[in-house]
Amino acid sequence: MDKYILEIQNISKRYGGNVILKDISLNVREGDTVVIIGPSGTGKSTLLRCINLLTRIDTGKILLDGKDITTKNVSEDEVRQHVGMVFQNFLLFNHLTALDNVMIGLTKVRKMPANQAKEKAMQELRRVGLADRASHYPGQLSGGQQQRVAIARALAMDPRVMLFDEPTSALDPELIGEVLEVMRKLAEEGMTMLCVTHEMGFAREVADRIIFMEHGVIVEEGPPAELFYRPKFERTREFLWKITELYGKHKDEEKPGDTST
Amino acid sequence: MLSQIPTYILSGMAITIAVTLVALPMGFVLGLTFALLRVYGGKFLSAIMAAYSTIMRGVPPLVLLFVLYFIISGVINLTPFWAGSLALGVVSSGYQLEIIRGALCSVGSTQMTAARAIGMSRAKAVRYIILPQALRLIIPSWSNEASVVLKDSSLVSALGVAEITRKSQLIGASTYKFLLAFLTAALIYFILVFLTNRLLDYVERKTRIPGFSHHSTL
Amino acid sequence: MSEWFTLFSNSLPEFWKGTLITLLLTSTGLGIGFLLGIPAAVIRIYGSKYLRWLAIGYIELFRGTPALVQLFVIYYGLPDMGITLDRIPAAIIALGLNSGAYQAEYFRSAIQAIGHDQMMAARAIGMSRIKAIWNIILPQAMRLVIPAWSNEPVSLLKTTAIAFLIAVPDLMTKAKMVATRTYDPIGAYLAVAVIYLILVVILTAILEYISRKSRIPGFDLEIEAQRST
Ligand SMILES: Nc1ncnc2c1ncn2[C@@H]1O[C@H](COP(=O)(O)OP(=O)(O)OP(=O)(O)O)[C@@H](O)[C@H]1O
Ligand SMILES: [Mg+2]
Repeated sequence: MDKYILEIQNISKRYGGNVILKDISLNVREGDTVVIIGPSGTGKSTLLRCINLLTRIDTGKILLDGKDITTKNVSEDEVRQHVGMVFQNFLLFNHLTALDNVMIGLTKVRKMPANQAKEKAMQELRRVGLADRASHYPGQLSGGQQQRVAIARALAMDPRVMLFDEPTSALDPELIGEVLEVMRKLAEEGMTMLCVTHEMGFAREVADRIIFMEHGVIVEEGPPAELFYRPKFERTREFLWKITELYGKHKDEEKPGDTST
Repeated sequence: MLSQIPTYILSGMAITIAVTLVALPMGFVLGLTFALLRVYGGKFLSAIMAAYSTIMRGVPPLVLLFVLYFIISGVINLTPFWAGSLALGVVSSGYQLEIIRGALCSVGSTQMTAARAIGMSRAKAVRYIILPQALRLIIPSWSNEASVVLKDSSLVSALGVAEITRKSQLIGASTYKFLLAFLTAALIYFILVFLTNRLLDYVERKTRIPGFSHHSTL
Repeated sequence: MSEWFTLFSNSLPEFWKGTLITLLLTSTGLGIGFLLGIPAAVIRIYGSKYLRWLAIGYIELFRGTPALVQLFVIYYGLPDMGITLDRIPAAIIALGLNSGAYQAEYFRSAIQAIGHDQMMAARAIGMSRIKAIWNIILPQAMRLVIPAWSNEPVSLLKTTAIAFLIAVPDLMTKAKMVATRTYDPIGAYLAVAVIYLILVVILTAILEYISRKSRIPGFDLEIEAQRST
């Protein structure tokens, strides 16, 4: 039996009177790439933030490598080192070069000696194809490059899981490809990833599983082939239609939910 | 003596308010005139106004106050109250000049062009188009300047004007309760500054033009 | 006019001594204000409820009252509580406390301009709050704050003149002494006005230079600056 790296058990989250996440359960195996889709305001970002403990859940449990990370006596900072997070708007540290952005977690959090940290940071920058931009400040990098540095920054901590929150939706269309390419490579290398994205081409090719969320619940989940071509619920079908209209540039794609295939 | 303290403090407070009420409008009238000259007055006047502003804002208010006080009282025989208040008004005019200039510039040349395009003279355009907009824009900065003048009015105590700071010194000296006297003065200033800010916030809300809210930066 | 130049040159040694005291007051006051201003701003933004109120109280009380009254409280008032300070230390402490309140507000707007997102990104790689403030928020705030903060040294330099009123031998006090000696108060006060102006111009030039040098490429922000004395 496969081992679960991340187990989300019946978690709920509310802000004030609004229930954002309702009794969500989800298990992720080591090396899996899970893509989460769903309409805006559904709680996708909130779910990722709960996993990274940037937001506290109200009920339920989250286990990382079998250990409950949502109990009081667990150090948030410790957990976050093992859960990498990539944000929609990159959030690089503006006052640091690309290299220093990747290094700072190593030197300040992991207390790694500077020369060792630098070596590791360079290695991560090479991994995302940006070794030649090491001394650039965020303001001197394109959006796509900034996002790749942000990925390198998260990778440098050797995370067990990587969370991506719409990593390409703030990017100009011509820059999306380079970020997806890096993510695809990561998936191939066996990184466990949880991605909120509406890049359906990427989802179809790379995801092991797709999760459709709406109004704080998981409506439907399954392998891409199943969810795309044989969605069980009308809502899933409708949403996928809308998404392909919006991101209609993947010409090779059949219409989702088209059962004639 | 002790029983007189409240009256003493109240009269000091009245003089502090009076000094401010003389200096602030005077600074405004001078500042407005000079700002108009600075922006629309041609090269020569503009340069003079720039120099005036630099000097007024580059020298400590206390030093200017002394220079102006001796100049004023050399020319006409005024009480310390008037000499001090007028001097404080001149000091403030340098700062108000810059506030108003910033607003005039931020209302900008496009409004002037538009006004000229419908046949207004330059003077009319300034009077009816530019100023009404600029004067609304200055309120936040002007509110700050009002509390600065209120606080700077403490400096005229050095010229012998019997406003709160001076009164507190006198009370302190005669009762040997300096701490209490000056803390009371501080409290009164704090309340006056607070009320001034609230009042001008209110004016700003009342005069705001719907949908027009970029503010001048100074 | 030539009389004035004579007065000026005759009094130069005195003015020079006064200038040194004025610069001493400015630099130490600025330093103390800096050391107070940063924690006050950080606590006002990130502190727990009670600490936050403490910071707000400090900042608003010192910004809402005249520096002169603060100086009098410290120099004349504190002896009532058994704390007696010499003139110069009293002036330095008053100016430092006063400047700290204004500097805190400059730092606060810079920290707030950096925003919540940078904190979140820092927390996401496992930094503690304190570490994030120290390594991520403050370094950015310190650079962002420079243009607005540049007003403070000049503003404080001008404020130092109030030390004259407790007879600290600064420039302004020298002016008074020269005025008494020469019976020419206008000439004497004009002379120090010129010296203050020169000091302000030099200080402004230095600060503009630093401001230009410390820019981070592609990272700029304007914070409103206001007259603060
Ligand atoms: N800190 C917060 N305080 C209050 N409400 C919040 C907070 N964060 C998120 N919400 C609310 O929670 C709901 C879900 O937000 P979330 O950002 O998780 O949605 P999402 O699925 O990621 O949407 P999008 O596709 O627009 O990013 C929204 O209605 C939002 O207004
Ligand atoms: Mg989201």
